[in-house]
Amino acid sequence: MSATLLEVADLRVRLRTPRGPAEVVNGLSYTVGRGETVAVVGESGSGKSVSVLALLGLLPARLATVTGSARLDGEDLLTMSPERLRQVRGPGVGMVFQDPMTSLNPVLTIGRQLVEGIRAHGEVSKAAARERAAGLLAEVGLPDPRRALDRYPHELSGGMRQRVVIAIALANNPSLLIADEATTALDVTVQAQILDLVAGLQSEHGTGVIWITHDLGVVAGIADRVLVMYGGRCVEDGTVDDVLERPAHPYTRGLLGALPDLASSDDGELATVPGVPPAPTDLPPGCVFWPRCPVRSDPRCATEQPPLAVVGASDGALPHRAATWCEEGSPR
Amino acid sequence: MTGAPLPEPAASPTATEDGVPSTARPPQPRWRQTLGLLARNPTAAVAATVLLLIVLMAVFDESLAPSGPNEIAVEDRLQPPSLAHPFGTDDLGRDILSRVVLGAGVSLRVGFLAVAFALVVGGLIGLLAGFYGRWVDDVLMRFMDVLFAFPAVLLAIAVLAVRGPGAGNTALAIGIVYIPVFARVTRASVLGVREEVYVRASRSVGASDLRLLSRHVLPNAAPPIIVQTSISLAFAVLAEAALSFLGLGTQPPNPSWGLMLAEGRGFIDLAWWLAFFPGMAIFLTVLCFNLLGDGLRDVLDPRQRTLMAGSGR
Amino acid sequence: MGVSVIVFGLVQLVPGDPIRLALGTRFDQETYDALLARSGLDQPLVTQYFSWAGRALTGDLGVSFRSGETVTSLIAERLPATLTLAFASILVALLIAVPLGTLSALRPRSVVDRVATVLSQIGISVPEFWMAIVLILVFAGTLGWLPSGGYVPLTEDPAGWAQRLLMPAVVTGVVSGSVITRFVRSSVLEALGADHVRTAQAKGLPGRQVFTWHVLRNALLPLVTVTGVQLAYLLSGVVVVEIVFAWPGLGQLALQAVQSRDYPVLQGAILLFAVVFLLINLVVDLLYTAIDPRIRR
Repeated sequence: MSATLLEVADLRVRLRTPRGPAEVVNGLSYTVGRGETVAVVGESGSGKSVSVLALLGLLPARLATVTGSARLDGEDLLTMSPERLRQVRGPGVGMVFQDPMTSLNPVLTIGRQLVEGIRAHGEVSKAAARERAAGLLAEVGLPDPRRALDRYPHELSGGMRQRVVIAIALANNPSLLIADEATTALDVTVQAQILDLVAGLQSEHGTGVIWITHDLGVVAGIADRVLVMYGGRCVEDGTVDDVLERPAHPYTRGLLGALPDLASSDDGELATVPGVPPAPTDLPPGCVFWPRCPVRSDPRCATEQPPLAVVGASDGALPHRAATWCEEGSPR
Repeated sequence: MTGAPLPEPAASPTATEDGVPSTARPPQPRWRQTLGLLARNPTAAVAATVLLLIVLMAVFDESLAPSGPNEIAVEDRLQPPSLAHPFGTDDLGRDILSRVVLGAGVSLRVGFLAVAFALVVGGLIGLLAGFYGRWVDDVLMRFMDVLFAFPAVLLAIAVLAVRGPGAGNTALAIGIVYIPVFARVTRASVLGVREEVYVRASRSVGASDLRLLSRHVLPNAAPPIIVQTSISLAFAVLAEAALSFLGLGTQPPNPSWGLMLAEGRGFIDLAWWLAFFPGMAIFLTVLCFNLLGDGLRDVLDPRQRTLMAGSGR
Repeated sequence: MGVSVIVFGLVQLVPGDPIRLALGTRFDQETYDALLARSGLDQPLVTQYFSWAGRALTGDLGVSFRSGETVTSLIAERLPATLTLAFASILVALLIAVPLGTLSALRPRSVVDRVATVLSQIGISVPEFWMAIVLILVFAGTLGWLPSGGYVPLTEDPAGWAQRLLMPAVVTGVVSGSVITRFVRSSVLEALGADHVRTAQAKGLPGRQVFTWHVLRNALLPLVTVTGVQLAYLLSGVVVVEIVFAWPGLGQLALQAVQSRDYPVLQGAILLFAVVFLLINLVVDLLYTAIDPRIRR
């Protein structure tokens, strides 16, 4: 099933900030296959959200410079014309944002916000689009979908709103779904329902998913592959088993350190690693994690950024890679 | 439902029920810092400089004015601008430049008096309403709402109708109009700091209300009030000019800018300079107060708690 | 209610005996007593207030000391001119403010934005009577394109009506427009940064549609409030402009009433302004409820 859907190569995002330019995403490369779920993990400020917003050209052009390539079905998202990019948003890539309270327009009805998305991609009559919109709401599990079409966002609970946001993202059967902290703001029960929902849709339509999250429980539950980001870089990636069972990077190990029992946990937050992530305007010269690293076993740690290299043997089809000079690697 | 929409202060996020951090102290006065930041804002700096010049002009009016501002020289009447009379002369041969210089004193005095009055009365009302809350707040602010429901110009005209014209009464009239504005801004500002950690901390160690107000609440609630003062000065000068123009404010022969404009209006076809220069003086002064207010707002009140400039018009 | 007490109280404080003043040189004690009794001025203040308020509620605002006409008819005569000017001004203001404010917000710190900022700052600071005089000097005097003032009803002479309306409406419109421009700019800027705009873009909506329905529509909702407030200020703020352009509106009436101590007229005019002010606020609230679904229930 693993025909490549999205291939991101050497993605870099430079932001203009009041305190000078900042390398927010620094040479990110990964692939997403059809029907595959890639989880992107990391603290806030690690560049996860920016990296996906950059894919869809949703960063303000005045402030952000994006380089590299991101091929969706062979077509580079970063260099395509604005009109082509508009056509891809929706049918190509659907996106779910973090905060259901603010990601819907408060003064338009739910129905309108769904219908305009459907009608932006093909000649559909208003009535037919409305019909499809009601179907979508039913699909994401909104009770009484037909009545919900005429409701305004503030009349729905947070969980219901997030279902609407997902319905909007799915409205044009995207081949790739990007969920940016899509369940972070929701309570655990609702979160579980939404995860099930996405998994169901995924197996039905073969959608590829990029799931950005803080939550390792979610990662363990849904991901095929994991990508750990720190300071704008990918510091470790591999299959979910490799990364969670045999973390190689000290940062990943730190994150997993206090996690109780992986198998039974479904609300485990990332463990806290002492210290704060570096400011993107002021990255350390060596390994990005060096200032907080408890290991620092190699002299190069302070001076040279380690490359992403294969560590240990992997039992999956994918290589397990980590960017660290730390040799003691492998299982805990 | 009355009046302009006022930005309510955000509930203070730093207020915590328990654990008062030992570092919780009110920030020190920031005059130096403010001046430094203001100097980096070229527009505001220029505005402040021009205002300083106008104020100096108003203070040293008699010695600066080239000739006696009320000196009548009929043979020189309605002279166009020249070297002897840079702004020309009026219908009685009085030197317009001298009258504009003298008018600065009249206009600014009324403006400052009006704003000072509004600041003291409105500020006190807002302080009490914001600090004590509950029924004090309800009663005082309801009264302010009623006062605010009167159109500004009409209210001032009515006050002047009651008290009779003249500079002092003009200041009073404009001051009354601005009381609710200062009451609202002060109240919002006080509400914002009332729950701050350091205020709670002082209260918990038994500081008196008076001490709390003077040492903690007032200094920290001050920035929006300072900004509002600058902006209100702009409108006070404008209002004084308008009322004098209508013949209700400053009375002849005192050279208030608004009055000069009214007098010059009759000669507009013959001698444009009669109305032009006093108008320019009003415009420049008002513009500078507004620009200074904007600059101060950027520096002191990034959350924009003050009313928009022009809300009094 | 509070408003009416203040209106009444304020006018009671006017110094001088209005009847003596109205009679002027024709003064004789008998007429004076008769007038005093008829106007009820010999009654205690509280009685006076309630009888005045009671009559005001039924639309009877008393009789002008000067002309003997009823205050209600005097006001009714002047109201259309003031309303015309206020609405024309707000129209001018919106025509200036919405495009200019939106353009500034779309290109912050661009040339357009800087120019708009300077213009609106000037517009807020310029004394309107001075601007009026300068306009009259240029357009009525030097160029001779427009009449310098006056008023003719629309029904009699539409072209003359429009010519005479243009300058006063522009003067007050520019001032209000400057205030509204700043508001539109910050409002559109805020709307542009809203999360839901990103959602709309991610749906693949054309840029124009995103802008119209997800930025502009949201940004202009609060404009209703600001426009209402400005309209209320215009109704009273036009006093000065009415004088300069000899526009026979309520402002002129109120000023004449002050000058001649014609206090039933002054009382009536101020009360009317205050009531209109409150009415506009009420209408704005209702309108806002109608167009903003978050408030509707």
